Amino acid sequence: MNPMQKLLQLPASAVNLVRFQQGMAGEEAKSPVLTPDGGQQVWYNAMQADELRLLKSPEQVAAPENSTSGSQTQPLRHDDLKEMLDSNKDSLKLEAMKRIVAMIARGKNASDLFPAVVKNVACKNIEVKKLVYVYLVRYAEEQQDLALLSISTFQRGLKDPNQLIRASALRVLSSIRVPIIVPIMMLAIKEAASDMSPYVRKTAAHAIPKLYSLDSDQKDQLIEVIEKLLADKTTLVAGSVVMAFEEVCPERIDLIHKNYRKLCNLLIDVEEWGQVVIINMLTRYARTQFLSPNQNESLLEENPEKAFYGSDEEDSKDDKPDAASLVKRKPYVMDPDHRLLLRNTKPLLQSRNAAVVMAVAQLYFHLAPKAEVGVIAKALVRLLRSHSEVQWVVLQNVATMSIKRRGMFEPYLKSFYIRSTDPTQIKILKLEVLTNLANETNISTILREFQTYIRSMDKDFVAATIQAIGRCATNIGKVRDTCLNGLVQLLSNRDELVVAESVVVIKKLLQMQPSQHSEIIKHMAKLTDNIQVPMARASILWLIGEYCEHVPKIAPDVLRKMAKSFTSEEDIVKLQVINLAAKLYLTNSKQSKLLTQYVLNLAKYDQNYDIRDRARFIRQLIVPTEKSGALNKYAKKLFLAQKPAPILESSFKDRDHFQLGSLSHLLNAKAVGYQELPDWPDEAPDPSVRNVEVPEWTKCTSREKRKEKVEKPFYSDSEGESGPTESADSEPESVSESESESGSSSSESGSDSGSRGEESGDQSEEEKKKKKKGKEGPRKACLESAGSDPSEEEEEQGKKGKKKKPQHEGKGGSETSWEEGSISESSSSESDSGSEAEESQSEPESKRRTTPPSSKPAPKASRKGTKEISLLDLDDFTPAPPQPASSPAIVSTSLVTDLEGLTLTDASLTPTMLSPVFSTVKTYELLHRMAGEGLSVEYYFNRQPFPPDPHMVAVQIQFSNNTESEVKNLRVSEPKLVSGMRIQEFQEIESLAPGDTANVIMGIDFCDSTQAANFQLCTHSRQFYVSIQPPVGELMAPVFMSENEFKKEQGKLTGMSEITEKLTLPDKCQSDHTIVQRVTAAANVSRVPCGADNEYRFAAKTVTSGSLVLITLEWKEGARAHLTVNSEKMVIGTMLVQDVSQALAQ
Amino acid sequence: MIHSLFLINCSGDIFLEKHWKSVVSQSVCDYFFEAQEKAADVENVPPVISTPHHYLISIYREKIFFVSVIQTEVPPLFVIEFLHRVADTFQDYFGECSETAIKDNVVIVYELLEEMLDNGFPLATESNILKELIKPPTILRSVVNSITGSSNMGETLPTGQLSNIPWRRAVVKYTNNEAYFDVIEEIDAIIDKSGSTVFAEIQGVIDSCIKLSGMPDLSLSFMNPRLLDDVSFHPCIRFKRWESERVLSFIPPDGNFRLISYRVSSQNLVAIPVYVKHIISFKENSSSGRFDVTIGPKQNMGKTVEGVIVTVHMPKAVLNMNLTSTQGSYTFDPVLKVLTWDIGKITPQKLPNLKGIVNLQSGAPKPEENPSLNVQFKIQQLAISGLKVNRLDMFGEKYKPFKGVKYITKAGKFQVRT
Repeated sequence: MNPMQKLLQLPASAVNLVRFQQGMAGEEAKSPVLTPDGGQQVWYNAMQADELRLLKSPEQVAAPENSTSGSQTQPLRHDDLKEMLDSNKDSLKLEAMKRIVAMIARGKNASDLFPAVVKNVACKNIEVKKLVYVYLVRYAEEQQDLALLSISTFQRGLKDPNQLIRASALRVLSSIRVPIIVPIMMLAIKEAASDMSPYVRKTAAHAIPKLYSLDSDQKDQLIEVIEKLLADKTTLVAGSVVMAFEEVCPERIDLIHKNYRKLCNLLIDVEEWGQVVIINMLTRYARTQFLSPNQNESLLEENPEKAFYGSDEEDSKDDKPDAASLVKRKPYVMDPDHRLLLRNTKPLLQSRNAAVVMAVAQLYFHLAPKAEVGVIAKALVRLLRSHSEVQWVVLQNVATMSIKRRGMFEPYLKSFYIRSTDPTQIKILKLEVLTNLANETNISTILREFQTYIRSMDKDFVAATIQAIGRCATNIGKVRDTCLNGLVQLLSNRDELVVAESVVVIKKLLQMQPSQHSEIIKHMAKLTDNIQVPMARASILWLIGEYCEHVPKIAPDVLRKMAKSFTSEEDIVKLQVINLAAKLYLTNSKQSKLLTQYVLNLAKYDQNYDIRDRARFIRQLIVPTEKSGALNKYAKKLFLAQKPAPILESSFKDRDHFQLGSLSHLLNAKAVGYQELPDWPDEAPDPSVRNVEVPEWTKCTSREKRKEKVEKPFYSDSEGESGPTESADSEPESVSESESESGSSSSESGSDSGSRGEESGDQSEEEKKKKKKGKEGPRKACLESAGSDPSEEEEEQGKKGKKKKPQHEGKGGSETSWEEGSISESSSSESDSGSEAEESQSEPESKRRTTPPSSKPAPKASRKGTKEISLLDLDDFTPAPPQPASSPAIVSTSLVTDLEGLTLTDASLTPTMLSPVFSTVKTYELLHRMAGEGLSVEYYFNRQPFPPDPHMVAVQIQFSNNTESEVKNLRVSEPKLVSGMRIQEFQEIESLAPGDTANVIMGIDFCDSTQAANFQLCTHSRQFYVSIQPPVGELMAPVFMSENEFKKEQGKLTGMSEITEKLTLPDKCQSDHTIVQRVTAAANVSRVPCGADNEYRFAAKTVTSGSLVLITLEWKEGARAHLTVNSEKMVIGTMLVQDVSQALAQ
Repeated sequence: MIHSLFLINCSGDIFLEKHWKSVVSQSVCDYFFEAQEKAADVENVPPVISTPHHYLISIYREKIFFVSVIQTEVPPLFVIEFLHRVADTFQDYFGECSETAIKDNVVIVYELLEEMLDNGFPLATESNILKELIKPPTILRSVVNSITGSSNMGETLPTGQLSNIPWRRAVVKYTNNEAYFDVIEEIDAIIDKSGSTVFAEIQGVIDSCIKLSGMPDLSLSFMNPRLLDDVSFHPCIRFKRWESERVLSFIPPDGNFRLISYRVSSQNLVAIPVYVKHIISFKENSSSGRFDVTIGPKQNMGKTVEGVIVTVHMPKAVLNMNLTSTQGSYTFDPVLKVLTWDIGKITPQKLPNLKGIVNLQSGAPKPEENPSLNVQFKIQQLAISGLKVNRLDMFGEKYKPFKGVKYITKAGKFQVRT
């Protein structure tokens, strides 16, 4: 039957159906409520009452119907609805339809109402009509014959002069899933595809996949329609047709060629959902058509791979193309079309729609040159603030990306820090990303974070953190010992799950270097008494068995205990007991022979066949009998072979062979309908296929036409495009196109003239723009350089410090002992310099450090008496307060140090700084160790408000007792102060144990002068005269103000109160970041936002009198700069100018 | 794309279903319930679940699960974003996105869903277009409708769908032409126990309420646009103008919408407006602990910090808390173990303090972790980043609109570790 015949037959069947319908109606008419004919009046009255009842209490009526809808009596229940539908009052019909839709919404079956509903398809009331459509689309599939009744209405609608009615008719028609109307649908779609209205064409595009899913035989015809619609130039159609393309014929990539440039140019104006689909499709397209932009690098990676896979038969072939490609590939130039795609998608990173951002991100990840991929990181990090579902998906993708391109996310490390309120699944993903981002420079910060996480209440999360620490330890050799020791401490945790997880991770770590850690193995052996988690027990047993040579005394004893409890163990534990027994038998048969036999006998009768099997197998292997074969000789080799250490890998490794952002990537399995992302071709296909013919004469007309157009694309002004893009730009609107009359958007693909006209039209503004751009360039660059993470900065300084260190080493002063400790530990420990000898008494600490690491970890912890069990004692990573200027050096060097002899955890409790910018806290010496007879005192200004008295400057004082005996009753006495100055003493420290340190805060009111505060520091036995002289920068507290306020205040403080100085900035001090850092380090000020380029403003108030201090630094051309300080207090102003300019000149 | 949608409430009832293609049985939700059970916590239900024949992608909003059924490969974010858009639309229409609101307006919900998706592919998601198609319910209209029998369908044909600025209705008329911008900044921070800032960042949005007649073309400029580090735009904003001139140029949607959201780079130092001093300790071997929290304003910026609320999720072992506060009131929920301290305004003269005893379950081990404090606060008339709107210009229309800008700073995810 050809389509035409079908179509012609239809009315006949429809007529039949209508007759049937009338019959039914007739039957209904016989119901006692209604009189068949002539009784219009009566019927009306009756209905009136009925109507009122229905309107008054629709709920009551609906309720019983709902409750019994599942039962068989249902059809009867709907009588009232049928009545209402048959009435000629729209309000009744509407009410009935509403109730029916409510039933559908609840998933109740309303199919028996079909005949009554379908009659109303031609109802005049729009809402009733729409609801009927809803019903029809839902049930047409079940009642195909009756559904045909409605078709003619839609066919009529397709011819309507109004485009919206045409569109909606097509929409409903195509949504009715009735195979018999396929030919009608096909015709309708074809017709609509060449409709004048782009909206109707859009609807046609939507209808294509519907028809395809109904009857896939129509594919060829549909492809024709798709091809036609792909050529459409309106943004309205683009998204929908690409969607249809993806569903019907994703393999026909050749259809895209001619439309590629147009799609790229239109992209920005397409609605958001269409953008996602188009971008994903173009990613695939680009992978087939362009060369890899990273091929120069990938070539290096490829070669070993080839050697690995290269099979014999291909070898001969391989040589030739390889050589050829080497020659050919060298001058890689990116295809301009490839560039066009990257350029036109980039602005969409700013979209509010997470799906669009993700689509662009994956496009860049898969297509962009390595150097350019970085731009997506910022946008992805932004999405992390969205709904938790979005976070979840984005984090999965970031996890995959961060394995390949770690550098990309490194600047945003802190955005992945975990909050205690995050859901567990988000926490674990963030942890994954943090672990992926860990490297030698940031590991200290990351481990410090991990340390906080370990104490979380969320035990699943703690377990994941422990694993993450394990992974960091395997990947970054230099922190392995720190991590291992931290994990060992966790073994004494109260929570069993934590202990178990640590055991498992420690086992993996120990495998890397077992010989050095027999202590840990011993410690773990002891745990078998307490730990119940099977996996952990099994891990311990395996460890003991594997390294029984290192613990010759303990191993047999453990076996003895396990043999005792063998029957009550879990299966995996039993297997490991057998394993242990076998290994012990081989190495130490004297002590363990009987035990092994006993265990094997027990296992022989175990319920689990695996265990029985294993026991039998092992018995044959290790116990020499006359029957046992040659294998026996090799038993030792079999069991005690060197085992490679496991590599802890991310579960996200290699997931990027799935297109990122796709469902398949998320599930790590191919989803239905997933289109593989093809590999880059070796040779680029002919790029000319994308060229579009431009007949010369149309160009002119199109230009003219363009001017007439009222509406232009809203957004796509592709300025400054070049190369073949130009040809895409000058693509003419085909002459036949007559969209302007439909009042809809035209698709002029944004040429310069058109869009600029819209923007402003005048040239001068354009020029201004350019000037601004030029200015902005260098500025941006310097901003970016300043953008480096503060922590990174810290690291860098740490490195610098390290370099300096060797010079210090000779002196062996107290300051350097820290670093020395760490160094000497890694080298041979006894070779400490001679200075050690003379200071050994006063420096027990450094000595302790030099002792071998694993000797006595447990007693140390207890001796320190830290109340809080610091699990991974990494607190020494904080720039330790007592260190003088070189303190940042510790940051990285101390990483290597063992857990022993670290500062107390309490040390980190001291409030340090307002923000990371102040990472260099300057400490001053109050009392030298020598002068203080072993008691050394240092202080620094912590820049926190001093709560008891806001007019005081807070001074943090750190005492460290380097003597052998306790220092008691540390206090301040007899301050000798200049008039007006006041001191708030700290609370007396009752005693300070040898080797201990203590921190206190005292407040001093310096009266806004730099006069020193003199006082005595008393201990139980001695008194020391000390003085604190504040640098002028510490006499103030930062204030926050806006630019305007700043200007206003500055205006008031001119003349005498203004001090200006010219200075030249040294080379290394020419980035925003360093300037801000230096100024804020020199004085306790806060930065004031500033609109002008190359100008920095800071504000503060003096602590005592509260007078404003304003600093302005203007950066002139080159290295010259003007420093201005405005302050009522002229003395402070002058001193501050000196200090700041000194700080900047350094 | 999206095959079906099920709305499920917290007790596991499927109270609404909608199918865009052939019908999928409700039983598919069993896989979802299974996952929900496994997750124990609503927040931990994986948003994507794979079943033998379908994939379920769900979001959780306002105690409702929106579970969509997918049959073929589709970007998961596409679906998630769309579902959130659906929830936003409900919110917009009914004032809240709750089960009762949806049940009460089931017909409108159905009409909306019908318009928003065609064959599972998003069709009209802009609120302005939808409102043209289906009028949101108001009390007045529902009364009028029930009397006159008129419908809440738009009488006129929706022309918004045809325009190339789909977010704006065609003919808009107001007697008072007004444009309001709210610059709202939130401080996200993690403060460690020593009081130093581990991480701090400012996230801002500009929410607008524009009631202007005709087709106004606005441009909004800032005093210091360089502050904005990363920006995401409403589709109405012309990207090129922003790139070249740092000016927001746009034809606004009608009514309320979010113009941009931005992030202020973390390289600028973030002024943290409050500090928290805390002593929270649990004694070994005794069933009590100490709790002492003081909060105070840190940077003196001449503005009062108000609406301060501290929430603490106490460890499980905590039974109850006996506290006294110098200001505000506190409540402790012994079931959820959540302590909420509503302080209100902070005056620097007398810092609010809350201290007392924490009672622990006897015999329970001492909690290992101190709970972290979540702080909320608000500062009116201040954008903490220093962002300032310079001017708003209007082109394309003759009248003079009333323009207003409001600044407000809030705590975002502000957490103090103890």
